[in-house]
Amino acid sequence: MGYLVAAYLVFWGVTFFYVLYLLRRQQALEERIARLRARFNPEQGEEKR
Amino acid sequence: MRAWERIWLGVTIALMILATLAVFLYAPREAKMGDVQRIFYFHISTAWSGFLAFAVALIGAIAYLRTRSARWDQLSHAAVEVGLVLLTMAIVTGSLWARPVWNTWWTWDPRLTTTTITWVVYLAYLLLRNAVENPETRARFAAVYAIVAFVTVPITYLSARLLRTIHPIVLGPSVSSEAQGQFGLTPRMVHTMVLSLIAWTLLFSVLLWMRYRVQRAQETLEGLEAVAEEA
Repeated sequence: MGYLVAAYLVFWGVTFFYVLYLLRRQQALEERIARLRARFNPEQGEEKR
Repeated sequence: MRAWERIWLGVTIALMILATLAVFLYAPREAKMGDVQRIFYFHISTAWSGFLAFAVALIGAIAYLRTRSARWDQLSHAAVEVGLVLLTMAIVTGSLWARPVWNTWWTWDPRLTTTTITWVVYLAYLLLRNAVENPETRARFAAVYAIVAFVTVPITYLSARLLRTIHPIVLGPSVSSEAQGQFGLTPRMVHTMVLSLIAWTLLFSVLLWMRYRVQRAQETLEGLEAVAEEA
């Protein structure tokens, strides 16, 4: 039973931390994008690769 | 978060909970291995989702080379990272299942070896990709690499079916008389497995979407930073 619990903890733990990592990274990137856009006029701010 | 994203996420969470309940409450206890066999549902689902991710990376790579649209490259990159996370989980859960059934955490069996090769090949994709400065060269290189790397996926799948291995084959007949941990699927086991596969496929799609959005934001930021440097 210990191995079964460990496997489930690994799965849920990795999934939880990966989702958390993605959410934080997304938030940090959006904040940096917003700051950069604020420095420029709308034409430059909207420019995308 | 948009309405369709909320529905998508809600359905995924509901199915994940349902699948977990089915694993513990609906699926029968396997006669020889006991409760530890329930790892099977997580192990097979994460492995399936991981290989599905690499297939998406392959599609993204081919589409990028045809269209040269950065979105396909972003999708391919995101799929490789999500695939690696899922394949890592498959390897770890497999090892946790192997310990009580094979009496070892790890053995260089053909299936385990080819899975490790697949894992290393896709890890190298992420590392090598970051080493290329020019975005277009990076995307082109990554696309070609993702296409070549996908060769490891069918080799891994077939390794347990064509070679002498102790890894059990649950779907279809096993050719290896040395397989350990083999078991027959009862109807309830099949239901639980199908539910798990659907739930994990949805989870993969959510993770892929989240990672794809991060990738798009990252490249938008790089573009803005380039404009800022020029200004």
